[in-house]
Amino acid sequence: MEFGPHLMLAVLEGAVTAAVLALMASGLSLVFGVMRVVNVAHGQFFMLGAVLAWAVSSALGGGAVGFVAALLLAPVIAGALAVAADLTVLKRVGYDPERTIVATIGLLYILQQAALMTYGPEARPVAPPFNDRLALPWIEFGPEGPGLIWPWGLSITSYKLFVMGAAAAVLAGLWALMTRTGIGLVMRATQLDRETAQAFGIPVERVYAGVFGLGAALAALAGVLIVPIQQAHYLMGGDALLLSFIVVIIGGLGSLGGTVIAALLIGLSDGIVSVFFSPTLAKILATLLVALVLVFRPEGLMGKAAR
Amino acid sequence: MPVTKTDAGPRSPARRSAIKTLAAAAAGTASLPLWARYAGAQSAAPIRIGFQMHATGIGAAYGRWYDRTTRAALRLINEAGGINGRPVELVTEDDGTDPKRGAEVVEKFASLHRCDVGYGTLFSHVVMGSAPRAGELKLPYFVVSEGHHVASGALNRWTLQPGITDVKSQVLAMAPFVRENLGRKVTMIFPDYAFGHDHRDFFSQAIEAQGGEVVAKLAIPPTETSFTKYFAKIPRETEVIYHVMVGPSVLTFVKEMGEFFGPSRPEIFGFIDSLESVDLQSPGLDFLEGTYFWEGMPRYVQPDQTEFDRHYRAAIGIDENGALAADPSDVSAYAHMFGCWETLYVIKAGMEACGYRGPDDRAALVEAVEAMTEMPLSNDHPQGAKLFNGRTHQVFGPQYISKVENGRLVVQAETPIEAGFYPDEVDYTTQSL
Repeated sequence: MEFGPHLMLAVLEGAVTAAVLALMASGLSLVFGVMRVVNVAHGQFFMLGAVLAWAVSSALGGGAVGFVAALLLAPVIAGALAVAADLTVLKRVGYDPERTIVATIGLLYILQQAALMTYGPEARPVAPPFNDRLALPWIEFGPEGPGLIWPWGLSITSYKLFVMGAAAAVLAGLWALMTRTGIGLVMRATQLDRETAQAFGIPVERVYAGVFGLGAALAALAGVLIVPIQQAHYLMGGDALLLSFIVVIIGGLGSLGGTVIAALLIGLSDGIVSVFFSPTLAKILATLLVALVLVFRPEGLMGKAAR
Repeated sequence: MPVTKTDAGPRSPARRSAIKTLAAAAAGTASLPLWARYAGAQSAAPIRIGFQMHATGIGAAYGRWYDRTTRAALRLINEAGGINGRPVELVTEDDGTDPKRGAEVVEKFASLHRCDVGYGTLFSHVVMGSAPRAGELKLPYFVVSEGHHVASGALNRWTLQPGITDVKSQVLAMAPFVRENLGRKVTMIFPDYAFGHDHRDFFSQAIEAQGGEVVAKLAIPPTETSFTKYFAKIPRETEVIYHVMVGPSVLTFVKEMGEFFGPSRPEIFGFIDSLESVDLQSPGLDFLEGTYFWEGMPRYVQPDQTEFDRHYRAAIGIDENGALAADPSDVSAYAHMFGCWETLYVIKAGMEACGYRGPDDRAALVEAVEAMTEMPLSNDHPQGAKLFNGRTHQVFGPQYISKVENGRLVVQAETPIEAGFYPDEVDYTTQSL
């Protein structure tokens, strides 16, 4: 493939990765920002979203109806499960940082093995509601001036465009929720100072449960969006968690804007580097970036220094 | 790690522990009358087969079907009187499709469970990790893996592959068909580890010997989940795509290949590994219509179905589309799992030939299997007649080339055993036991 179309394909592929990653990492970042809880089970909520999407859409006989139902139901179910986990586990250990890490590791294995026992080891597909292949043109400067050509393989599907759009819309909604609504105000107050917020009558424990549920719902939504592209599999949460951590560390824990920027950075560089060099190099660079950020700017690109 | 010692019928290993108590009771009751048959044997103690199962990890989809096939074969063997008049018992251990745990599992078979043999490993990196330990413990280790590592001489005298052909033999048999019917310039796409490298090396040689050429080799890391970026590297001159992928992302791989090429695809030849346990009717696979696949054993019932294939399908409970009769959405690993069935019958034949009595006779069992040659098409060998090479510990057999027609795999050609022959690379019989 020529360099130009090749680069365009890499950027498009990277953008899909970035969109899903941004959704997922924003959930992780939100939970850490407000609750100071490192949710190691976050990747499993992503997996749960994908698996529930399969369950819901196959129960409704597939098709667009099944997918839309999955898009609405899966995040709600995953969120409800997370709220239950928060109330029964995290609250009991008093949101102590070390103990919550161990508790969420336990949650990780419970969710993963429960999926293996009920859903099974196969990767199962969900049909996208629409999936037209859109061949993309490329401008080539020939002897008769610029002209459009249609390079071999340069294409995207309408569904992948939808994933990017949906992720952008949800992130914009999340930003509006955090900055423009009373719920957001309460969350930010809890984030700033838990005890003072409580003194002002904010039901901190309910906020915590809600935030944990919302974080899980965002991961599950990312899972639903990815499943028509990548199938649901009980082990899919592992890599997703690792990438989310990378994104959140680079972007700055608790910073939504930084998370989005870091997701674009990681998603696009993963797409481009792995196309032109090797996927291993892309992983090396991402990990190196994390190390550099931790050394030179531990609060992340957009994070605020600890008070 | 769940350990179960029952000889009941096929069922999901995941649910196994949940109904373990019930099953144990049921199996115990069901097998009671059988004990009378074994009374005449010198020892009525069961023969114990250690089944190294990929119950979790990336091999889990295969592991489940290896388990079902194994249980079906053992049920029949026990119903027919066991081996040397003794019942056969399965000891299952999960290796997580992980080489390190694989070696631990082999060790448990030999020291903890006192198994007579180890058996059933599929993924090549797990075989590579486990076989040396089996050799040290002098435990006969029967793998069902396809890898060329047995016949290449990389392993040891205690490791045998008598139930399934190896990759080198498979690609040697496929290359002439690809060259004559599909094209000369081939781009290969394969997983970036031992199994994929076997494909890369042996197919490149084989197609060049046929006057063809590999124009690009795309190695894909085993944990990859998105593939379009690799397809961009396929040279425009490519006439044939040769693909073989394994693991949970196989369906994504094939789907994205279809989306990448759109209406102007080259000829495509794949190993069914890329779609093993996947329903060909899955959304996004329509573009495979008219493409070709290697199959170890035809998943869909063909017009010339043998009575042996019928017997084999019925025993495991598989319908004419290669799916579980009780749940047609549960598609089997049909092109590979026959290897479990046939390996168990080889173990049985070997133990009968050497009058196997217990772990002291393990060396005699290895020698008895090494002495085997022809294995005729039968209920014991439903995939086809085979020829075992005792020096390289590798079996040779027929291969199938199928074309996707109306969403089903239809066999176009069956290659003869000789098409997969290559010169011996090792003589394990010169090693000491």
